[in-house]
Amino acid sequence: MATRLKPVDVVLVGFGWTASIMAQQLTDAGMQVLALERGKFRDTVPDFATTQIQDELRYAVRDGLFQEPARDTLTFRNSMDQTALPMRHLGSFLPGVGVGGAGVHWNGQTWRFLPEDFVIRSHTEQRYGKSFIPPDMTIQDWGITYAELEPHYDAFDYLCGVSGQAGNIQGQLQIGGNPFEGPRQRGYPLAPLKRSHATVLFDKAARSVGFQPFPCAAANTSAAYTNPLGVQMGPCTYCGYCEWFGCGNYSKASPQTTILPVLLKKPNFSYRTGADVTRINLDSSGKHATGVTYVDEQGRVFEQPAALVICCAFAQHNALLLLLSKIGQPYDPKTNTGVVGRNYAYQITSSVDVFLDELMNPFMGAGALGQAIDEFNGDNFDHGPEGFVGGGYIALWSTGGRPILQHQLPEGTPKWGAGWKKAMADNYLKSASIATHGSVMSYRDSYLDLDPTYRDIYGDPLLRLTFDFHPNEHKMSGFLTDKAALIAQAMKPRSFHAKPRTGHYSIIPYQTTHNTGGCAMGADPKTSVVNKYLQCWDVPNVFVMGSSVFPQNAGYNPTGTVAALTYWAAAAIRDKYLKNPGPLVQV
Amino acid sequence: MSIPMSRRSLIKAALVLPVVGVVGCGQHEDARASGPIARRFFSEAEQRWVEAATARLIPDEEDGLGAGGAHVALFIDRQLAGPYGHAHRWYMQGPWEKGTDEQGYQLKLTPAELYRTAIRNIEDWCRQNHQKSFVELSAVQQDDVLHGLEGGDIKLADVPAKAFFTMLLSNTVEGFLADPMYGGNYQFAGWKLVGFPGPRYNYVAEIEQYGKPYTQPTVGILGRDGSLLREG
Repeated sequence: MATRLKPVDVVLVGFGWTASIMAQQLTDAGMQVLALERGKFRDTVPDFATTQIQDELRYAVRDGLFQEPARDTLTFRNSMDQTALPMRHLGSFLPGVGVGGAGVHWNGQTWRFLPEDFVIRSHTEQRYGKSFIPPDMTIQDWGITYAELEPHYDAFDYLCGVSGQAGNIQGQLQIGGNPFEGPRQRGYPLAPLKRSHATVLFDKAARSVGFQPFPCAAANTSAAYTNPLGVQMGPCTYCGYCEWFGCGNYSKASPQTTILPVLLKKPNFSYRTGADVTRINLDSSGKHATGVTYVDEQGRVFEQPAALVICCAFAQHNALLLLLSKIGQPYDPKTNTGVVGRNYAYQITSSVDVFLDELMNPFMGAGALGQAIDEFNGDNFDHGPEGFVGGGYIALWSTGGRPILQHQLPEGTPKWGAGWKKAMADNYLKSASIATHGSVMSYRDSYLDLDPTYRDIYGDPLLRLTFDFHPNEHKMSGFLTDKAALIAQAMKPRSFHAKPRTGHYSIIPYQTTHNTGGCAMGADPKTSVVNKYLQCWDVPNVFVMGSSVFPQNAGYNPTGTVAALTYWAAAAIRDKYLKNPGPLVQV
Repeated sequence: MSIPMSRRSLIKAALVLPVVGVVGCGQHEDARASGPIARRFFSEAEQRWVEAATARLIPDEEDGLGAGGAHVALFIDRQLAGPYGHAHRWYMQGPWEKGTDEQGYQLKLTPAELYRTAIRNIEDWCRQNHQKSFVELSAVQQDDVLHGLEGGDIKLADVPAKAFFTMLLSNTVEGFLADPMYGGNYQFAGWKLVGFPGPRYNYVAEIEQYGKPYTQPTVGILGRDGSLLREG
């Protein structure tokens, strides 16, 4: 029997980036906000202190800061005719758990999507014709424009103290920035990070073959910074332990380093850790949420009433919660009806490893220290002759040189033995890797639903992921890999090794934690779970945040867009919903 | 087994690890400087098997210490005795099916159980085919066995050989290159081989010194003494 708790205005499921932003905005609007986090409280001191955090084995290899499959995982299969089996340990993607969520262990690579990304179907049909889009590709416009999101992208840049070089300020192209980006209202709050040797060589090589490289925008501070909330950050020391680690130096933007010092002091905000939300509760009409049910670490069940429920968990988990709570019609790929779980997407990555004569000292780096080109992202180039939809950036990142997982060896090196050892000694300090980071479109047969067999610790069904790479993505990724190899060659290396992504999608090797979809946003309730304000069509006092609302994935890291959408939704709740609670979009 | 690691109270009889390349390291003397270290998971025979196999995966040669000198077997023993060995974070509920290559690890065995079973199976295979234990084979024969496991040509009675080999190789590389406080990478053997200076924390002054070697001495999380072992 659940213990019923005192009602709050807003309950947030999860306490990562989106919950922190949402809580900050809604408490400012005077609401009583409660965040329920299933993990533990974590802060820079003591959890990420430099006396312990720079431990590759504990954090990067043994998954110290990530979700534990023993408590929450999904089942996976490549196609509908296979039996999905559990992801028994992490591999392909690494969701976070605990206060700060994946915002603790991200790199800080902060991108905006292109204006065309938000209108990909109408734009593609207009430029290339309707038949250019394969029939099983279920991409759709987002129902929102880049111009609507721009102020919110800007808010996140300034919250985080992003270090970068603008490429387009109010339509004026800026020397040294990304000439393809959408117009931004002003430059970045901080200058770009210092460059590593490898990024300097990449920059020179990319220019020599006619591309326009630029420093990647980094939520790693290039200088001391005080954000608009008055929270201070210290300059990055290039220690090389961002990705998969917490920052011990107050230099990587995370909820802990940008929002929590202010939010946690507010009388109208509270949070509970060890609180695992298992259901969103509905009244008898099924059209109104009354709050959530959660289980604490002792197994006690609580009912937390709330006027507004906002799903702020990791992408797939939001979809799982809606499915378990029977909110929205579950997607059925056979009949192509329903919406919840539809349009799961991912990203497709590849690399070209470069082996040089000079010392690269790869251990000096930062999570978002990189140099990139954007010529082949979105619709920045003519897709007509190429015959695929989508694109991606090509970058050389100097994220660190942690030796277990971040070493590169020339093609043909033995996997073990004296030859392996010699290659390690010869190449560790003198190598780098160029990454391609490509979009993945959504398809009729790429989706999430409830697994018929496997259960979680509460006896609820696990989420089932059905996903594979389609020919469109392999073609696009191969195209990007060829361009990356052009740059690699121009770096005049001893040798380089192109590693295209081929074959079926595999759950084993790490690729990226940029999982999207399942709760797609859009203008049509027949093909979307939430409207342009991230409000559920079916239950208007439930909102869904995160990359779960992306109708397909773009060729950029998602956090900037995830954060901008959260600010946008918070503004809609504050300025529209509170004045007149109910559907914000009528159809 | 939970044998305290205080220096002079070690049980030196059966439960001991042979130690290679012991060097006293001043004030922060490692337990290893004073004698052999108690095993936590492996039997003596298993320990010898892992020492022999890892010594082929990363050989001790003139270019530097390998898995033997880096004490990789000690590292693996500690890992298998701890949460990793017990698949503490893994989803371990059935039903159990083989699955496709893309679906990843689907064995009912924890890493510790996989080692124990696979080593027993490989020993059986070696005795059947060579009338000897793996540790008694020549280096060339040992390499042939390891290649047979890696490629799946050697079929083991109870477990897939490839799955075990993949785990053994991963753990060997980890033990060679993880912070020495976990027992491997002894005296920074792995880090010194490749040129990684350890978690140095601040490269503001050096990152733009393109092409110049980084000359500060190697450090670990527990300091400059590369022989420290964090127990417990």
